[in-house]
Formats: sequence, structure tokens, C-alpha cells
Amino acid sequence: MRLYAFAVYLFLYLPIAVIAIFSFNAGRHASQFTGFSVQWYGKALSNPFVTEALWTSFIVALTSALIASVFGTMAALALQGMKGRVRVVADALIYVAVMVPGIVIGIATLIALVTLFGWINPLLALLAPEGQAPQLSMGYGSLIAAHALFSMSLVIIILRARLAGMDRSLMEASADLYASPFATFRQVTLPLIFPGILAGFLLSFTFSFDDFIIAFFVAGSETTLPIYVFSSIRRGVTPEINAIGTMVLVVSLLLLVAAQVILRRGPKKEGADAA
Amino acid sequence: MQRRLSTWLLLAPAGLWFAVMLVLPLCFVVVFSFGERAAAGGYVPAFTFAQYANLPARAAAFKNTLMLAPLGTILSLLIAYPLAYFLAMQADPKWRTLLLILVIVPFWTSILIRSYAWIFILGGQGLPAVIDWLGFGQVRLINTPFAVLTGIVYGYLPLMVLPVYVSLERLDKRLLEASADLGAPPLRSFLQVTLPLSLPGVATGCMLVFILLMGEFLIPAMLGGGKVFFIGNALVDLFLQSRNWAFGAAVAVTLVVIMLVTVSLYMWLMRRMGGVRDDVALM
Repeated sequence: MRLYAFAVYLFLYLPIAVIAIFSFNAGRHASQFTGFSVQWYGKALSNPFVTEALWTSFIVALTSALIASVFGTMAALALQGMKGRVRVVADALIYVAVMVPGIVIGIATLIALVTLFGWINPLLALLAPEGQAPQLSMGYGSLIAAHALFSMSLVIIILRARLAGMDRSLMEASADLYASPFATFRQVTLPLIFPGILAGFLLSFTFSFDDFIIAFFVAGSETTLPIYVFSSIRRGVTPEINAIGTMVLVVSLLLLVAAQVILRRGPKKEGADAA
Repeated sequence: MQRRLSTWLLLAPAGLWFAVMLVLPLCFVVVFSFGERAAAGGYVPAFTFAQYANLPARAAAFKNTLMLAPLGTILSLLIAYPLAYFLAMQADPKWRTLLLILVIVPFWTSILIRSYAWIFILGGQGLPAVIDWLGFGQVRLINTPFAVLTGIVYGYLPLMVLPVYVSLERLDKRLLEASADLGAPPLRSFLQVTLPLSLPGVATGCMLVFILLMGEFLIPAMLGGGKVFFIGNALVDLFLQSRNWAFGAAVAVTLVVIMLVTVSLYMWLMRRMGGVRDDVALM
């Protein structure tokens, strides 16, 4: 049994290790390791297409994760202890946002935004007749908005588990001691749920940074790192991709381990085990 | 009254976001699926069932998906169950959390890079070269159903392990002691106690893996090389290459309907089994 488990872990991690090892290969080919070298990292990082895509991915991931953390936290607080129709609708929407495949979300967002922009742009042109009218188009905005939707659902799900496990008497005590609702939030609720918010932020960042399929549809003329990697793999396997892939994996592994450590610390509850 | 107002203010941004970025787009897809293709690509408003009648044009993609997705789900289950069993029943509790994290983490790293790793391994310069060198002749691994299945199992294994683990972990261990005390050999205890009680977890895992697989694009695109394509690959082709939005929307709606049927079936099954739905969020 122990041996079997070991074999499965090997299966999970060996391919990742292979990529990492061969990113340090001096030679071009996968068949033999001809010596240690970091030249592919240098090549990747001096390629302007790579650095630009990396920057786009970073901005989109950071902005969408920030939006998702703030709005998601607000929504989770509002939904706490709520029952009735609003709650049912909110639960259904969160469920749909997480379960509908990314490809359908991507397509839906693409056709909705392109159509909406097609309606709005002529109106904007009317408002600013000198030809200075801003034109709405797919790009940073649509990337951030689409990623923030999924991430917001993540943040709400994580915080709901946190809030459910929280001792409500602490907040009641604070109110009994004449703290204003805002003071209670700042001094009692926020410190208790902050680890959850932070974990949600890290997961959101990782999701956005790694997402290919939604970005593929809504990126417009922008190129995120996964889109760049996908199109260069189509042109053929190169050691440069190994180097980029290793960097991406290391970034997400670090963030994920941080998120897991933060989530598993502090009050232990039922939901957190599965989460 | 003040409390109600603040609740609505807190909900407003997220609510607006979900309305504009989720509900509205999904409505657009449904409306578009009844429309017609513009001559230059895109969409012309109409009300016709022509797109749905045309679905058999993409029958191959549906057939592939509906064969490989269940197959991938079953393979994942066969590999995941023993691991989940080990983690829940035999692993040292001291290491359990770490071992669980090690299962979850790959799921959250880039599936793109992880599929690429298999291109690297299964491609001509990788494993086949080793097999040839060992004298077993030339084999072709990449761009085959085998490669796609490998990628699927590799990508979705964590999603299967977790729910099965949760159901095994919650199982009342005293039942197993009772079974052993009554003289049942371990295999019989497993078949008559452990396995039936873990079925809700198995169902949850299968449902999650299956519906996510239905929408898969990357794994067949990268490891199937255009020979093994899923509904997702047809969708990318319809939207980004041939720009047939109306037909693409009809394919997307059909995909979501198949998923909804699967989820309903799962809910019905869970109610019959009397299990509580595990709210397994994979984080």
C-alpha cells in the first residue's frame, strides 16, 4: 500500500521534475542531458515577447485577485447567516461560476462583450464627436473582469467556511461593549478572517496567472504568459519553454504552499479539511 | 433597517459582477444558439433551430468526448481509490496533512505546463527513444488516445482523491472492528462495509471529474495532436477559426445540457444513497 502511494506521488511529480531538470540542460534535445547550464533562462528572460506576456499576466492576476478579495469578502460578510431567496440565488450563482467549464465561460464572455461593445461604441462616438471617443475592446479589462468572476467565487467559498467556524459570541460581546459595527469589524471580524482573505487572494492570483482557456477567448490583442507558451509549443518543443514552465511552476507552487499553510493554521473546522 | 441597507451595499459589487459577467453572457449564448451565421462570420439575429439540427456535423467530437471522458473518469477512480484509502486508513496522521497537500497542489498549478511535460516525455525524443534504445522497436505515443488518457488521469487525479478520501476518513472505524469481531475476513469487511460507505465520495469524485472533462480543451489539443479532439476543441475551432458563432453557441448549450443532466443524475443518486452531499471545494 505504501509502495503504491509512493508510485502515485512519483506519477504526480515526475513530469514536473523532468521539465525542471531539462530546463538546465545545456543541449537542445530532450533525449540526452549534455551538461548543466542556465542559458535557457537567460534566453527566455531576454525575449521581449516573454517579458511582455509575463508583465500582462502579472498585472491581470494582481488586479483580478485584489478585486475578487475585496468584493468577495464583502459578499461573504453579507451572506453570513442569511437565509431565504437571496441566499439560494447567491449559492446557485457561485456554484454555476465554479462548475461551468472555463471554455463555456470564455465563449459566453467573448460574445457578450463583443456584442455589448458593438452597441456602446457608436454611442460613445456620438458623445464625443471630434473622433476622440474611447473605443471599448477586448483586452486588459475583459481579462481582469472574467478572472475576477471565478476568483470572487473562490474567495466567497473559502470565507464562508471561515465565518461559519467563527465564534459569533465574540462579535456580540464587542457590540455589547458599545463598539460601533465598523469597530467590531476592524478589531474582531477582520483579524479572524484575514488568513482566509489572504489565502483566497493567493489562490486567485495563481488561478489567473495559470489560466489559459478563459484568457484565450477574452484576451483580445493582449498575450498572457500561458497564451504565449501555448502558441510556442505549437511551433515546437524548445528548452526555452522548459525554463518558462519551471519558473511558472515554482511561482505557483510557492503561492499554493503559502495558501495551504495559512488555511490550515488557526481554528480548525469541518469544511477546511476538504478545502 | 440600517442593517438591511448595509447588507445590500456589501452585496452590490459582487452581485453586479455576477450579473454582467456570468448571467448576461450565459443568456447571450442561449440567444445566439437560435440565431444564424453572418456571411463574414459572426452572428445574425434569428429564431431558428437550424444550428441544433446541424449538431451531427460535429458528431465525432461528441463521440470522442462521450467515450474518453467516462473512460478517463473510471481510470482516475481506479488509481485514486487505493491512494485515498491509504491516506485515510493507513497513513501516519503526522504526515497526513502534508501528503494531502501534495495531492492537491498539482491540481492548482498550470495544466498547460503539466500537459506540456507529457509532450516532452511522450514525444519522439522522450520515452519512445528510450524504448527504441532498449530494443523494443519503434512506438508512437504522442497524438494517440493513450496520450490523451494519460494527460487526463494525470490532470484530474487530485480531484478524484479528495472526495473519496473525505468519505473514507469520516467512516466510523468501529464498524470495521465490529465486522472483524464477527469473523469477517478483511476483504469481506472491505467489500461489505468500507466500499458501500465510501460510495458517496466515489460518486462526487466521478461527477466532478466527468463534468470538468466534458469541457476539456487543452489536454486533447496538446496530446491528441488534432487526431483526438473533444467538444472543447470543436468550440475553439468554431469561435476562433471559422467564426460560426451561432453554431458554436448551439454546441456550447448542448455541452452544458449534458453536464446538467449528469449533475441531476448525481443529485438523484445521492438522495437515493441517503448520503449527505459533501461540499468539496478543491482549494
